Amino acid sequence: MSANKEAAPALEVHNLTATYDRQPVLWDIDFSLPEGSLAGILGPNGSGKTTLLRNIMGLMQPDSGYVRLLGQDLAKVRAQVSYVPQRESVDWNFPVSVSEVVAMGRYGPGKLLRRLRRQDRDIIEEAMERTGILPLAHRHISQLSGGQQQRVFIARALAQQAQIYLMDEPFVGVDAATEEAILNLLGEMKNRGHTVIMVHHDLQTAQDFFDQAVLLQTRLVAAGPVETVLNKENLQQAYGGRLNVLSKVGQLAAEKQFPLREKAFRERKKPAHGESD
Amino acid sequence: MTIEGLYIIIAAMLIAASSALVGSFLILRKMSMMGDAISHAVLPGIVFAFLLSGSRAGLPMLLGAAATGVLASLLIELLYRKAQLPQDASIGITFTWLFALGVIFISSYTGQVDLDQECVLYGEIALVPLDWLYTGAGSAIAPRAIVYGVVLLLVVGVYLLLGYRGLLITSFQNDFAAALGISTAFWHFSFMSLVSVTTVLSFETVGAILILAFLVVPPATAYLMTQRLRVMLVWAVFWGLLAAVEGYFLARWIDGSIAGAMASVAGLNFMGVALVKQVLKRKKRATAFHTAAVK
Ligand SMILES: Nc1ncnc2c1ncn2[C@@H]1O[C@H](COP(=O)(O)OP(=O)(O)O)[C@@H](O)[C@H]1O
Ligand SMILES: [Mg+2]
Repeated sequence: MSANKEAAPALEVHNLTATYDRQPVLWDIDFSLPEGSLAGILGPNGSGKTTLLRNIMGLMQPDSGYVRLLGQDLAKVRAQVSYVPQRESVDWNFPVSVSEVVAMGRYGPGKLLRRLRRQDRDIIEEAMERTGILPLAHRHISQLSGGQQQRVFIARALAQQAQIYLMDEPFVGVDAATEEAILNLLGEMKNRGHTVIMVHHDLQTAQDFFDQAVLLQTRLVAAGPVETVLNKENLQQAYGGRLNVLSKVGQLAAEKQFPLREKAFRERKKPAHGESD
Repeated sequence: MTIEGLYIIIAAMLIAASSALVGSFLILRKMSMMGDAISHAVLPGIVFAFLLSGSRAGLPMLLGAAATGVLASLLIELLYRKAQLPQDASIGITFTWLFALGVIFISSYTGQVDLDQECVLYGEIALVPLDWLYTGAGSAIAPRAIVYGVVLLLVVGVYLLLGYRGLLITSFQNDFAAALGISTAFWHFSFMSLVSVTTVLSFETVGAILILAFLVVPPATAYLMTQRLRVMLVWAVFWGLLAAVEGYFLARWIDGSIAGAMASVAGLNFMGVALVKQVLKRKKRATAFHTAAVK
């Protein structure tokens, strides 16, 4: 297994085609991501990003093609894969508390009948600690801000103690401080050898966050190291005419006029925030 | 109160408690309409059970009849997933069709079955004290409805004790449960079976239609009151039991349908709680405004 692990990429998607009501939403997608990467799945709204994650997680049957995780079928490595669905995919008025949601990360087939062990409790607590929601443990989930709700989902993912993390837009409705905190956490995980794959819709930040990128527009536009993927032609192809400000970002990035590291970027982003929103 | 009255109340309370527990999850899974569908769809199953076993269907027969409810939920899934019909249309088609089948059975076999439309639809809770179960030796055990009620409560209790986490996680976020490798189909269909069993074991007492009031209204009342699931379950049972008692006395007072009175009272309780909640909310807002203004 360990020899296999070194050789196999964290995620391989082979010729994947998926449809809703016979409408293709993903067409012949083929790429792979190395282990230990922090990868962004990018593309305009409706380009199939969520659908791709759902296919990877076996929540939808592809019409053709297949997926390998750590070189194996999902069924074999499920415990190694953690999924963070979009925040709006749940009813936040559901009567559960923060700690009850995080505890779900310790559930699993065959673990539903027994009570959580001491060890599970510790893992849950540590996950809440690391995401900064321990003080909110007994709050009801509707009494949280968007950023706090997202942290709950991430804490639950951490509690799974997986190898690969698949996240669907974890930064939607999240304040800057939380975004920073989550990013630091993900960077930490990457440094420990975990793979983080994230659907992200903000191109401006993508360049800085990720080392790998997958650019979708029903078809695969490009995949690979982020600097090779996010160039002007690719962005144009993915976003078409809608790309105005964004194309400039891509162009500038490609020409390396900006030292696009995290801090420099943040300073630049703040004043722009008021104008665009 | 007479001993007969007590039997009636106990039978109703047993059903109310079980339904409140089942119904709480029905609401949280956003499946109240599915409960509606199943309560109608079990009709042909019930009639068949009676046809096969003579005038009084036994417990095993009735549990078999619950299979129609499960069949209905299967058909609904099939129409929804394979025929790609919208879910509400799938539900509408399935349950009216099965219900109509049941109506035909009843009307064409009325001579052979001790079962009439009214009993099936509205229940005959007033007859509870008249219908006893006997041991083989012929000594009386308890009214049949009470025995069935106890069986139902046991089934529901055991299922929820064992299935609490499974139901919780699949109700909260089905996709996440599936991603963990939990069989969401198992939880869906086992829960649908539980709803069917609840309906079938209750129909003689409160009727196959009014059971929906017991399944949905007390849990909805509880849902307004708390944000903790366990507390909600307790309150749901409380409101169910209260409606059973209040409804009995209301029916006595107005000399009307007992099950109907229980369902109506449950609705009134709900409105009372909703009203109190609104008033409290407004008061809280006013106080907050006041403190803000003073500052
Ligand atoms: N359940 C569904 N039924 C039918 N069409 C869907 C469904 N979910 C998504 N789609 C369609 O599939 C396309 C891709 O959706 P999605 O994967 O959610 O895109 P993204 O996450 O990139 O915004 C969209 O055109 C959307 O309308
Ligand atoms: Mg999406």
